[in-house]
Amino acid sequence: MKRNNIEIRVCMGTGGVASGGAEVLEAFRGEVEKAGITATVKERCSVHQVGCRGLCARDVLVDVAVDSERITYQYIKADMVPRIVQEHLLDNRPVSEWRVGEDYDRFHQKQVKVVLADCGRIDPEEIDAYLAVGGYEAARDVLTNWRPEEVIEEIKMSGLRGRGGAGFPTGLKWELARKTPGDTKYIICNADEGDPGAFMDRAVIEGNPHSVIEGMIIGAFAFGSHHGYVYIRAEYPLAVERLKLAIARARERGFLGSGIFGTAFDFDIKIKLGAGAFVCGEETALIASIEGQRGMPRPKPPFPVNRGLWQKPTVINNVETLANIPSIIRRGCGWYAGYGTEKSRGTKVFALTGKIKNPGLIEVPMGITLREIIYDIGGGTDSGKPVKAVQTGGPSGGCIPAGMLDLNVDYESLAKVGSIVGSGGMIVLDEDNCMVNMARYFVQFTQEESCGKCVPCRVGTKRLLETLDRITKGHGREDDITRLEDLAAGIKALSLCGLGQTAPNPVLSTLKYFREEYEAHIIHKKCPAKVCKGLLTYRILEDKCKACGACLRACPSGAITGEKKVPHKIDPAKCVRCGACFEVCKFQSVDRE
Amino acid sequence: METTLRAIVKNHRESGGNIISLLQDTQEAFGYIPREAVQYFADELGIASSRFYGVATFYAQFRLKPRGKHVVTACCGTACHVKGAERLLNSMKLELKLEGDADMTADGQFTLEKVNCVGACGIAPVVIVDKKVLGKSTADKLVKEIRSIRSASHEKK
Repeated sequence: MKRNNIEIRVCMGTGGVASGGAEVLEAFRGEVEKAGITATVKERCSVHQVGCRGLCARDVLVDVAVDSERITYQYIKADMVPRIVQEHLLDNRPVSEWRVGEDYDRFHQKQVKVVLADCGRIDPEEIDAYLAVGGYEAARDVLTNWRPEEVIEEIKMSGLRGRGGAGFPTGLKWELARKTPGDTKYIICNADEGDPGAFMDRAVIEGNPHSVIEGMIIGAFAFGSHHGYVYIRAEYPLAVERLKLAIARARERGFLGSGIFGTAFDFDIKIKLGAGAFVCGEETALIASIEGQRGMPRPKPPFPVNRGLWQKPTVINNVETLANIPSIIRRGCGWYAGYGTEKSRGTKVFALTGKIKNPGLIEVPMGITLREIIYDIGGGTDSGKPVKAVQTGGPSGGCIPAGMLDLNVDYESLAKVGSIVGSGGMIVLDEDNCMVNMARYFVQFTQEESCGKCVPCRVGTKRLLETLDRITKGHGREDDITRLEDLAAGIKALSLCGLGQTAPNPVLSTLKYFREEYEAHIIHKKCPAKVCKGLLTYRILEDKCKACGACLRACPSGAITGEKKVPHKIDPAKCVRCGACFEVCKFQSVDRE
Repeated sequence: METTLRAIVKNHRESGGNIISLLQDTQEAFGYIPREAVQYFADELGIASSRFYGVATFYAQFRLKPRGKHVVTACCGTACHVKGAERLLNSMKLELKLEGDADMTADGQFTLEKVNCVGACGIAPVVIVDKKVLGKSTADKLVKEIRSIRSASHEKK
């Protein structure tokens, strides 16, 4: 009898788990056991969990590979598993109606996966799975055969720049730390992904934690550090758990600890849990937080590479940056530099979300256009309405209007139009999104997250928020646009750290490209996207109303009156403008303007 | 309480922890940071209690008040925001009869929290009810979820 190699991979990233991944995994294990496949082809059938597959909206995604023939299923629930096992594994007839369609292939076509290459393929909780795809080879090679200077040179030549947002050349950072005298130096992996709307780092740690550890080992060796920290958000429990496990396993194998890989080099990693402060993404604030203090930044210089954690030379690298390192060492700087543009080499992971058909995690070569990302990979808007803008870089970034979709995505091009690459959040907005409301959203975020140390940021963001609040509530004054511009200029120029210096970007970019929308709010007291509650009025169109009572039941404030067969009415005095009636009405008889 | 606090301080001394990890352990044990705990640490470690409060109020993770029996966490990250997180929040507030800044129901059954981003943007809008992640949430589904928890806890009584 022919024995097949069967491999079943179930997505168990946060998206997968939320959609019932654990139950699906359990069901597969149970069904396979019951069907006796394990018995007949023992050791050759494996059912295991993998990290994020990218297209979280289709979860639970399941790969079933019989020999090398792989079929991906989407939207799988536990109760669908018996049929897959019966038809696909036993009868060799894949369940065609549950397979992913062409759009799934299109989602992956233009992507180039370096950091995410093994995410979603290997079991993140098994160190052997990482070793089987060449894991820790780069670190072993570097520690045994390379000189530290050679490592630095290789990374410099690859053109890799920090993926946390600022884009500082990684090789140069390591070189600066190497040149700073001192016996004790630290390497910190910044996994405090605080940018709302971004989850690249979470996915990398959940999907392939060993790649980050390996990157840290190589970095530590390059500039002579023996102590590493991973500063990670406590809000990511699954990532923390997998990272802890990975560190423990690496230690067992002698990849961490003293004399690692049988060389004389010592290196170990500790985990520090962030306690929820966006400002701790700033290097000096992060250091203060690891030291156990309030995470407030301090003026630079001295830079952390000279004086950082406990006053010692410290390198802080982002998760994605570190996860790139093993591949660069293994495949050479020339290979890596072959992707991307002249000043922005390699690939970048983005969290593509918002009004998009295929939201998810993508990795693309730098220099790809926004249009390719949104239409070829993302499949266009989910609403079918035209794209209005793309927000990149989160609270430090800006909104790029639809007219600029042919823009290349790299550090320089995005900066030129008033946004940034940032850590990789990319939020697609359609005409139902109000740009003033978006600006207000981000300013509210930075205002809450401002640490309060310097006045321009603490008071400036507060005044920005008050002004935007007023505008979105219909009390905007004619000079408010000038006021916003003045405030923004002041905050940008005078704030102590990156949080304040970039906080006005969402306001400035929307003012630049969507000024008429601000004017509509201020002068005409209208919100063109019909988002700002204070500027909307609701009424029921009598001729369309079927008097079904749905809105009447949904209304939280008792503003709707009516009875069977009598068109309903909204009492404007009682209406709290929540929009509940608008949403429940099946006949589009609720009108808002 | 004192036994727990003593153990936390012992662990803190042995592992060379700091104020943040001390408070994290405390919150893990009690669900919030009780005033008595801070006083105990201040006396025991010779650190002014203001330093503890300074750290506890700086970070979003720490709570100085106990939470309700059930915790509903609404993600207000950007992806969730553009997909209508605020509407969800409002309908949950109405369902739980929370007014103004109140975040806990009068009977102590529910706490409603906002969080900046849980990193599950692909399935926005996201609400977490008692650690269960509900993706692609709608007001209807959430109200049902809350009601089912409420009736389950009534039955127990």
